[in-house]
Amino acid sequence: MTTSTLTGDDRLPIPSGISPGQKSAGRLLILAGTLLFAAALAFQLLYVTGVTTSGFATWRPVLFAYVLWALAVTFGQILIRGERGQRAAFLLPAIFFTVALVIFPTLFGLYLAFTDWNLASVTGRKFNGFDNIVALWNDPFYWNAMLNMVYYVIAVFFEYAIAFGLALILSSEIRARRFFRVVFLLPFMLSPVAVSWMVGKSIMENRFGPVARLARWLGWQNPAFFSDPWIARLSIEVMDAWVFIPLIMILLLAGLQALPRDILEAAKVDGASGWQTFWKIIFPLMLPVSVTAILIRIIFKLKLADIVINVTSGGPGGATDTVSSFIYREYRDRSNVGYGTALAEFYLIAIIIFITIALIVTTRWVSRYQTTRAAPGGHG
Amino acid sequence: MASITAGRVERLPATNIGERLGHIVSRVLVYGILIVWTFICLFPIYWTLTTSFKAAPDVMQGHLVPFLDFTPDWKGWRSLGLSPDTIFQVSTVRAEFLERFYNSLIASIGASILAVLLGALAGYGLARFPYRFGPMRNNDIGFFFISQLILPPVVLAMPFLVLYKELALLDSLPGLILVYTLMVLPIVIWIMRDQFMTIPIELEEAALVDGLGIWGTFMRIVLPLALPGMVAALILALVLCWNEYFFAALLTGASAKTLPVMVASQTGSQGISWWSMAAIATAAILPLILVGVLLERYIIRGLTAGAVK
Repeated sequence: MTTSTLTGDDRLPIPSGISPGQKSAGRLLILAGTLLFAAALAFQLLYVTGVTTSGFATWRPVLFAYVLWALAVTFGQILIRGERGQRAAFLLPAIFFTVALVIFPTLFGLYLAFTDWNLASVTGRKFNGFDNIVALWNDPFYWNAMLNMVYYVIAVFFEYAIAFGLALILSSEIRARRFFRVVFLLPFMLSPVAVSWMVGKSIMENRFGPVARLARWLGWQNPAFFSDPWIARLSIEVMDAWVFIPLIMILLLAGLQALPRDILEAAKVDGASGWQTFWKIIFPLMLPVSVTAILIRIIFKLKLADIVINVTSGGPGGATDTVSSFIYREYRDRSNVGYGTALAEFYLIAIIIFITIALIVTTRWVSRYQTTRAAPGGHG
Repeated sequence: MASITAGRVERLPATNIGERLGHIVSRVLVYGILIVWTFICLFPIYWTLTTSFKAAPDVMQGHLVPFLDFTPDWKGWRSLGLSPDTIFQVSTVRAEFLERFYNSLIASIGASILAVLLGALAGYGLARFPYRFGPMRNNDIGFFFISQLILPPVVLAMPFLVLYKELALLDSLPGLILVYTLMVLPIVIWIMRDQFMTIPIELEEAALVDGLGIWGTFMRIVLPLALPGMVAALILALVLCWNEYFFAALLTGASAKTLPVMVASQTGSQGISWWSMAAIATAAILPLILVGVLLERYIIRGLTAGAVK
């Protein structure tokens, strides 16, 4: 499986010398583990498909067999390839774990996406080809949720602007910096579910919530934060921003603190104003960090679900729905596993394409921007 | 911005009244923003905490300051069975709450430890040894792990529902621990790889020459040095797992339900009283506020690992 190279860039020396007996013992171990896993898998598969009559009550023994197989392969590697096997043993556990719990379920989901399987119905699962994809294509609620994700992602740039402002202030010469940093980080620590109640269901409550009171005092007769589509979307976005602005802020703050001091000093000596220093020096130098922060934030934004599920359930009329909350209700209300998985897998593919394009475009853009816009000497 | 303006003024003291004035204005502006944002961050927490001590009229009349415009009452905590007068009595709500609390604790601690274990090994391997897996080199393997961060929970939720049913892991803490581990593993590997790369390789070379094997070097020399990074990864993982709702809502039922699911189920019912809801919410966020205040350094370290280079 994984092999280490023995080229010149190898930094730690490898003593060698593995006896042939050790090698064959290792091979035997891997073979035994593989046979055991294959036997358990075949045994259970035949039982479930009805070919044989005896089998395990659940698939759990197959899981244990997989773990044993993983252990056998790892230790077999060490026996066969000595130190190089030991090196591989660092990476192998994470790989076995990921294959079993990420790759396999995702592929299994891909299979589910082509089945008609309602957990509530008695007929069980059956293959239905591209029916789910066709249904997805014609599902206005799904595309509505996709459109909402576009709005939510656009809102990330406003969060970024606020976070950048806060990070600049926190990195300037202020008193009680640690106090403010701790306080500003707190919202990120809170669970979105608790925030749903704290903010969405009590502070923004229409009759007794303090925000509603404030709105009435400001002259809004009957404040309602979750009945008009755009106001509802904005309210959800405000809550999500409240939780996640600290994350962007912390990333930007770390970037600001890593800026080369001498360049900023030079700008000061040259008599550049704060505004000039920001746009000509700080902002260009911060671009890579900014891009990373925005991308990480978008990745988290694309998973937005908890707040929507708990505050609006997607309402009014799907105005606040995210893809995740929509699929969640699709499953919760209709137990529609096949269709729900098809929606989710389609979403995953859309995300991968979007993030890949974003990565390529921003990488190019950052390098171009930095060479054309940065002040002379900006690269120190 | 502000720091630069301020620095310039300090070098030219009192020569220019206009600049002096500008300095004062900018200071007022900076602290004004700081105070406003502090209020935005703290008010929801303050509101929740005080509401748990309010009676119905206080909620409806919008009273805000305890002792000044309402008399605090243990009402919310009494309904949870956690007020001073009910703490020694039998309370089904408290039993339920403590069970959910315990479930959340076990699931987050178990998953975080497992993730740090797997992540530390993989992170060290990726930081030190040149691997080759087909066409993939270290950077590609690292990207393969980190890219799992974009996987939305909803993609895995339903396959897991079906698979866990077959594995008899539905509504069980081990099942939840496995899911949470895969959820935080990318971040943990990222942090750990970053951490190991900052450790000078000369120490390991010396240890290898002294006859400690690869694993001996790792356990006795490298791990103690990487402890701050491990703690950062562990705490960040703990926070993320503690707050997780989506998987817990789908994969757990009566026995393995976690605290966020309990909080969410309370908000669903219309009749629930504000004070008891506030008490539950407070109890759910209190551990996190403590972690945030006491261990902020580690959380920032975890969040910024690898992102800023």
